[in-house]
Amino acid sequence: MQVDKRLLQFLKNTPGSFLFSILLGLGVAGFTIWQAWLLSRIIDAVFLKHHYREMVVPALLLFAGISLLRAVFTWGQKNAANKVSSHVKSTLRNKLSRHLVYLGPPFVRSERSGEISNTLLTGVDSLDAYFSEYLPQLFLSALIPLLILFFVFPLDLLSGFVFLFTAPIIPVFMILIGNLAQSLTQKQWKTLSRMSAHFLDVLQGLTTLKILGRSRDQIKVIAQISDDFRQTTMKVLRVAFLSALVLEIVGTISTAIVAVEIGLRLLYGKIEFQQALFILILAPEFYLPMRLLGTKYHAGMEGVAAARRIFEILGTSPLIRQSQSRPSLDLRTQAIRFHQVEFRYPGAARPALQNIQLTISPGEKIAVIGSSGAGKTTLAQLLLRFLDPTRGEIRVDLHCLRDIDPDFWRQQIAWVPQNAYLFHTTILENIRLANPTASEEAVMMAAQQARIHEFISSLPDGYQTRVGEKGARLSGGQAQRIALARAFLKDAPFLILDEPTSNLDPETEQLIQESMNELMHGRTVLLIAHRLGTVQDADQIVVLSEGKIRQVGKNEELLQEEGLYRKLLEAYGGMQ
Amino acid sequence: MKGVLWRLLKIAGRFRNWMALSILLGFLTVGSSVGLMMTSAYIIAKAALHPSIAELNVAIVGVRFFGIARGVFRYLERLVSHETTFRLLARFRVWFYRALEPLAPARLMQYRSGDLLARIVSDVESLEHIFIRVISPPFVAVLVTLLMWLLLGMFEWQFALLLTVFMALSGIGIPLLSHLLSRNSGRALNEIQAEINNLAIDAVQGLPELLVYHRAEDHLEKLERTNRRLVKTQRKLALVEGLNEALLGLSMNLAVFSILYVSIPYVSGSLLNGVYLSVIVLGVMAAFEGVATLPEAARFWENSRQAARRLFQIIDAQPAVSDPPVPSPPPRQTSLQIENLTFRYDPDDPPALRDISFHLPAGGTLAIVGPSGAGKSTIINLLLRFWDYREGSIRIGGTELRTLAQEQVRKMFAVVSQQSHLFAGTIRENLRLARPDASEEEMIAAARQAEIHDFISSLPEGYHTYLGELGLRLSGGERQRLVIARAILKNSPILIFDEPTANLDALTEQKILQTIWKLSRQRTTLLITHRLVGLENADQILVLVDGKIVERGTHADLMAGQTFYRYLWEQQQQSLVLETLLDRT
Repeated sequence: MQVDKRLLQFLKNTPGSFLFSILLGLGVAGFTIWQAWLLSRIIDAVFLKHHYREMVVPALLLFAGISLLRAVFTWGQKNAANKVSSHVKSTLRNKLSRHLVYLGPPFVRSERSGEISNTLLTGVDSLDAYFSEYLPQLFLSALIPLLILFFVFPLDLLSGFVFLFTAPIIPVFMILIGNLAQSLTQKQWKTLSRMSAHFLDVLQGLTTLKILGRSRDQIKVIAQISDDFRQTTMKVLRVAFLSALVLEIVGTISTAIVAVEIGLRLLYGKIEFQQALFILILAPEFYLPMRLLGTKYHAGMEGVAAARRIFEILGTSPLIRQSQSRPSLDLRTQAIRFHQVEFRYPGAARPALQNIQLTISPGEKIAVIGSSGAGKTTLAQLLLRFLDPTRGEIRVDLHCLRDIDPDFWRQQIAWVPQNAYLFHTTILENIRLANPTASEEAVMMAAQQARIHEFISSLPDGYQTRVGEKGARLSGGQAQRIALARAFLKDAPFLILDEPTSNLDPETEQLIQESMNELMHGRTVLLIAHRLGTVQDADQIVVLSEGKIRQVGKNEELLQEEGLYRKLLEAYGGMQ
Repeated sequence: MKGVLWRLLKIAGRFRNWMALSILLGFLTVGSSVGLMMTSAYIIAKAALHPSIAELNVAIVGVRFFGIARGVFRYLERLVSHETTFRLLARFRVWFYRALEPLAPARLMQYRSGDLLARIVSDVESLEHIFIRVISPPFVAVLVTLLMWLLLGMFEWQFALLLTVFMALSGIGIPLLSHLLSRNSGRALNEIQAEINNLAIDAVQGLPELLVYHRAEDHLEKLERTNRRLVKTQRKLALVEGLNEALLGLSMNLAVFSILYVSIPYVSGSLLNGVYLSVIVLGVMAAFEGVATLPEAARFWENSRQAARRLFQIIDAQPAVSDPPVPSPPPRQTSLQIENLTFRYDPDDPPALRDISFHLPAGGTLAIVGPSGAGKSTIINLLLRFWDYREGSIRIGGTELRTLAQEQVRKMFAVVSQQSHLFAGTIRENLRLARPDASEEEMIAAARQAEIHDFISSLPEGYHTYLGELGLRLSGGERQRLVIARAILKNSPILIFDEPTANLDALTEQKILQTIWKLSRQRTTLLITHRLVGLENADQILVLVDGKIVERGTHADLMAGQTFYRYLWEQQQQSLVLETLLDRT
């Protein structure tokens, strides 16, 4: 209900078109009635009044003319309704994508990224049926029968009453049986999707099945599951289709009742033939809009379900503050200070980071070490302002980071993640992401610094090679070097680097290491480190564990202390 | 085009009786409408002449009959058509699986990603509509047309001919027209949809990069532009669809007009009883229901055809491996002897393996290490006969692998890899997949050996715990242990571990490796890994780089000199020590 209301609000922005589509729909109905009237007159004239064709030609031509107009109106009605749905789709999709950007990376984290991009595409598209078919039909199925009654009642009270009293049966039954059937069929659709999930599961596990020597057995299993599904579903459908049966029967029986009722009165001269025929021709038209509504109901409900998810996303508020301030900043000279920073994800039992007290001075190289889940990534995300501290604050000079426009702040930062994302475009554009105005030479220069230029040049299409589904697939090491090239191209004073973990071939690893050293030179660096070698020459080593800083200091200082770091090195020495 | 339809019909052919019944019922439904309208018109027209009521009795019964019959026929038609559809769907699934099974995994490498598999599943599913929406409507249309020939032909064959012209116009002309009108937009739509799909994925998955490089606004604008184009194209298609509906109505009305125009002189000339004028007109109006779904059928066919074509494309591949006509008897002994093995996946590709030779005696333990992409998994693919080798030889217990049946070969190996799949189902079902006739005790013994029995027992539903999306979510370590238990239960002579600890954290990795080394003492074991942990347990280590064995020996041998192995080991120790020690605090 709530969702319906929110969806209806979209009509406010295109009030003209929607109203227009309803009016055109009514116009079509009006023409239908007029045609019925003409038809009954022509037949009456020829059949009972024995007119010749010449005498009815004007009426016949009028009939043909109205047919044309009716076609034009039908087209116009669809067009106007579609205009509304197009507008809604456009608006919602833009709004949704903007909101996703606003919510930022913590919201679209990878495990649900598929579902989110799906909502953005198919979810929004499924509103089409709601706005262009279901909604207009909802109005028309109330208005057209009224319009027809308006013409029938003055002519014949009894038929009018037959229409009037049978009409409510349809919506009542639709709601009564419909609800029951709907929930039954919905359950069935769920089993259907479970069945396709099984099929997908088997396809995904096909190699495993083959190794286990069980792949042929699955033929029987698939057949069996499909067959069980058919049997249970048919049981449900036998009931569910009863609603359709009732709808059909109400429509046709009423037509039959009207036919017999006016036929008998005609017999006794209580009604004119022409009026009787007119009513008979209109009888199916009277029930048609309600039957059509039944067929569009399902598509409409799908739209509502999609809308629910869309509004849910739109209703989510971001984890960072949208601040506008753009103070003069220079990380070449200003330090970043963490004051008692805590971060807790909404609903999380314990903070991801707590009590963080840290100063990052200009030109320093800070290495952060810790196991997975220790809070390294959260620390980087706070600095990138994908997140804001839930307690405490991060300051740059006198400015609180939370008050600074995030886009403005990020101009100071270059970032090399472990799994760099490559966009569906050329390699050139992928690097140029970091600076859209960079010349091709500048891009190549950055690629050279990232030690990836040679590889790119070796590709048949060079820098114009497309990346992604249909394009080249780059290895992890190559993707990381693209990310390095981006960082070189951006040339920002502050650098956040995620060191690659193992599993690169030694040559690649060597190249990445060299390039990283070059990149770090002369910049303030936060390095998420995975090897002791790189840690040892850092200006500060931050040992993180369970969201807390256990130790901070230079290698030599930490070695003096009793603590984790010394244990680490001892263990390493021991292992060697 | 014919090819695809023909192949589909051949698969569906087994249900031709169901289909015929459904079509018949569909025809009877429309036929009842025609009957209802014609008899109703007859009653009224006849009554206008004030005959005795007896003359109307038959027609009154007819009207009531048709009034009820239409609903009943529609109901039956829906039951039968759905029955047919579900039978077809099952048939399509089985057919597809049967064709796909011999192709896995060699010919399906390119479909590995989840998205593509999901697309295959939905393609198969989209074929389910093919009967109700594509096959049935034209048959119903033809039958209704024939019925109208019969009914109108009773009066004048010209009427029937006229009606046929208009019905053909609606059923063939209009779909053809809309196909022509929408062809370009349809093609454009596919392209734009692919484009916006990429942009949406980029926006969601690449959001961190977009934000850091201040490009979110640009990207949003690009998305908005493409969105505008998408909506515009969708609108064009909707316009054609609307035109369709408008023309369908127009065609019906013009049919009424024409038949009236032609038939009026017959009435005036007393060649046609005036009573039937309204009967004919109302019959004509009702008959158009028979062709109303044809334009939609054409659209559906376009979609189904593409889905079917994609499926045929997949399964028309030749299997990478076929069984020898007369397979050798199973080897008695389980040593592995590989000599001068060179292999390329494609004749144009550089070799994935070059001149590999090694010997794994029965009961021995061999480890193959090296960076990713070195060709380690290729060795397993060849051992399992997923691909066939041409140069060199692989012998198992002295028998050349090529001369054995595939199933026989796979009986020899139990495999634990990062790709090992756990199915949606209970733990028990997943374990017993390896050996359905295993006793409860054997299953539990295997779980104990994999050191997962205690965990399973601690679950409220024990071995009956459901796994999968709706069931229990296992941690990476638990998952791998279940896979190991399943491999143990299979009781094959040779155990293969293919990167069994990939994507696990260091601590879990160490624990799993302990289990693996324990198991390796009891049977012939081949371990493939890029993580150099605990390899002092292996009898022999091969270092594979770029498809070649560059070093071999025991852990102690390899650590003694300035080897590549040693370099890798030291690199890894550093990160390992970082992760594990911090974890233990």
